[in-house]
Amino acid sequence: MPSLSGPLHDPAGDAGWQESQPRKGFFTDTSICIGCKACEVACKEWNGVPDDGFNLLGSSYDNTGSLSASTWRHVAFIEQAATPASNTVSLGMPTTERPGAAMNPESAVDFRWLMSSDVCKHCTHAGCLDVCPTGSLFRTEFGTVVVQEDICNGCGYCVPACPFGVIDRRIGEQGQKNVGIAQKCTLCYDRLGAGNTPACAQACPTQSIQFGDLDELRERAAARVETLHAQGVSKARLYADSPDDGVGGAGAFFLLLDEPEVYGFPPDPVVPTRDLPQMWRHAAMAAAGLLAGAVAAFLGGRG
Amino acid sequence: MSQHQAELAAEGRTQHPEQPEQPVQAVSPADGAVDRRRRRVGKRRRDEHQMVPDAVFTSYYGRPIVKASPWEADIPAYLFLGGVAAGSSLLGAGAGLTGRPVLRRAGRISALGAISVSFAALVHDLGRPSRFVNMLRVAKPTSPMSVGTWILTAYGPLAGAAGAAELLTPLASRLPSAARPPIRLLGRLAGPAGLGAAVVAPAVASYTAVLLTNTSTPTWSAARKHLPFVFVGSAAAASGGLGMMLAPVSEAGPARRLALGGALLELGVERSMEASMGITAEPLHQGTGGVLMRASKTLTALGAIGSLFGGRNRLAAALSGACLMAGSACTRFGVFEAGQASARDPKYTVVPQRQRIERGESAGA
Repeated sequence: MPSLSGPLHDPAGDAGWQESQPRKGFFTDTSICIGCKACEVACKEWNGVPDDGFNLLGSSYDNTGSLSASTWRHVAFIEQAATPASNTVSLGMPTTERPGAAMNPESAVDFRWLMSSDVCKHCTHAGCLDVCPTGSLFRTEFGTVVVQEDICNGCGYCVPACPFGVIDRRIGEQGQKNVGIAQKCTLCYDRLGAGNTPACAQACPTQSIQFGDLDELRERAAARVETLHAQGVSKARLYADSPDDGVGGAGAFFLLLDEPEVYGFPPDPVVPTRDLPQMWRHAAMAAAGLLAGAVAAFLGGRG
Repeated sequence: MSQHQAELAAEGRTQHPEQPEQPVQAVSPADGAVDRRRRRVGKRRRDEHQMVPDAVFTSYYGRPIVKASPWEADIPAYLFLGGVAAGSSLLGAGAGLTGRPVLRRAGRISALGAISVSFAALVHDLGRPSRFVNMLRVAKPTSPMSVGTWILTAYGPLAGAAGAAELLTPLASRLPSAARPPIRLLGRLAGPAGLGAAVVAPAVASYTAVLLTNTSTPTWSAARKHLPFVFVGSAAAASGGLGMMLAPVSEAGPARRLALGGALLELGVERSMEASMGITAEPLHQGTGGVLMRASKTLTALGAIGSLFGGRNRLAAALSGACLMAGSACTRFGVFEAGQASARDPKYTVVPQRQRIERGESAGA
């Protein structure tokens, strides 16, 4: 049986691949995202993902809402007013520096945009894959997690299993493409097979979305955080990158400028299957109790 | 745990009110845009002595983080009927061994009916019902639904054979003579099949709890240690209640005892479950889930009292049995609805995870 939680160097090998490729992933550096949504568009175009409604949601420039069966990249927009660093008021005295040069980057502006392109995390321990009862969801040779749309029977179990709320069952009129079937990002499995970069990373004009071998991406991300810290962006941190976290580290991880929940991420995600052995033990005890209770009901008492 | 401590635990506060705990997540840049995403946790207390700073948490425009299951009423209906089938198979088998023909017949036929409707509900709930058989491609211990499929694959034919024998044997004399040998064979198989169904039945009743708890749905996940016991209690209460409704009081003794034991187990464990769940117990008290859980407790308690004191009166037994059935159905729908509500509100995802981090118990720590 494959391992259920904790660090795991080679998820593809753990899933039974004899000759697995280096694990592929995304590093989404939100500090350089400009909110252009080219990733959303490129993903829809390449993967033939239908629209999921044209709505004005009243949430800044985000009219997509969240990841769903028909949204595999979602750009979040957060408008934040920064807290003033001190109560002192500038009197505009002449200095020899450029204006604002001495200020901390986080307090140099009174307002900031946070923009972040969310995507399936392709977890090391993927809740969706663990609970899939048909084997439709599988681990690819690249260590990613993909739905086989001709196998999925739409049981919907993967939907509540995902700790990030990524995968969903497509809603629409029966007969339309993949309606009733669980859908999510495939990390462009077809493009990977041909040696290409996933559509979103290819389209990203600022290299906010970086694609590559996960080991190398992690090194690059750690260096980027150090650079930002050195520049005074003290709140920069990596999210979902650590192999020690509750999903064994994600294949798609992020550099964030605020707490995860600000972007709609869970602060401490855990794959539900981590506790499954304990749950089966409790269920077995309960079942034994029911059997014993039924026997006692027939043995005990009169009539 | 005192009443007061239980209240605190239910609101996700484990500290004494005189030692105010820090807000769960203070939102640093305070302005209008952020205020919209900041929501209060718990109720403000009237008693000034107990005033503690309300925990605040951050979310992205108040939108859900985890997704609620796409399941509809089919699934809680199956949870209920699967429990009824399991308990009925146990009663049918026990009645067969102890010479209670009416209870045996009622148990076996109830199990057949309940599991048939369950099967239909499970297929109907699929996004692609025609692909139901894909469930049989694999056997995965990490997927409670896969395990459940194989449990039902073992249980269904056994319960079906025992139930079919009870239905068809009385009709044998009226059917053409060619139909009689297969029915006689079925009649001879009914005993072993019924016993086999009874052996598998407890698994049918308890695995459904794991089906719910092995998710990221906050209220289900937090109930993972207790829910199997609540569900087998609920199954025993419902099937015992059905036995009390269908069998004469002279034969229904085991059904009464099973129902009473099940009701007490369900009520008792449900109480400690809620006390252990922190803030994620809230949806079991509020909204649709709250209404159903209150109804469940009242009906189950009424049914238990009725079966204890009026179980030997045919009418009182039938009424008590109906209360227990209804109580069990309310439990399943209540737990289901509470879980769905907990997934739709980011509070139940963020606050327990923040508390875990603050206690130094985060998954990565």
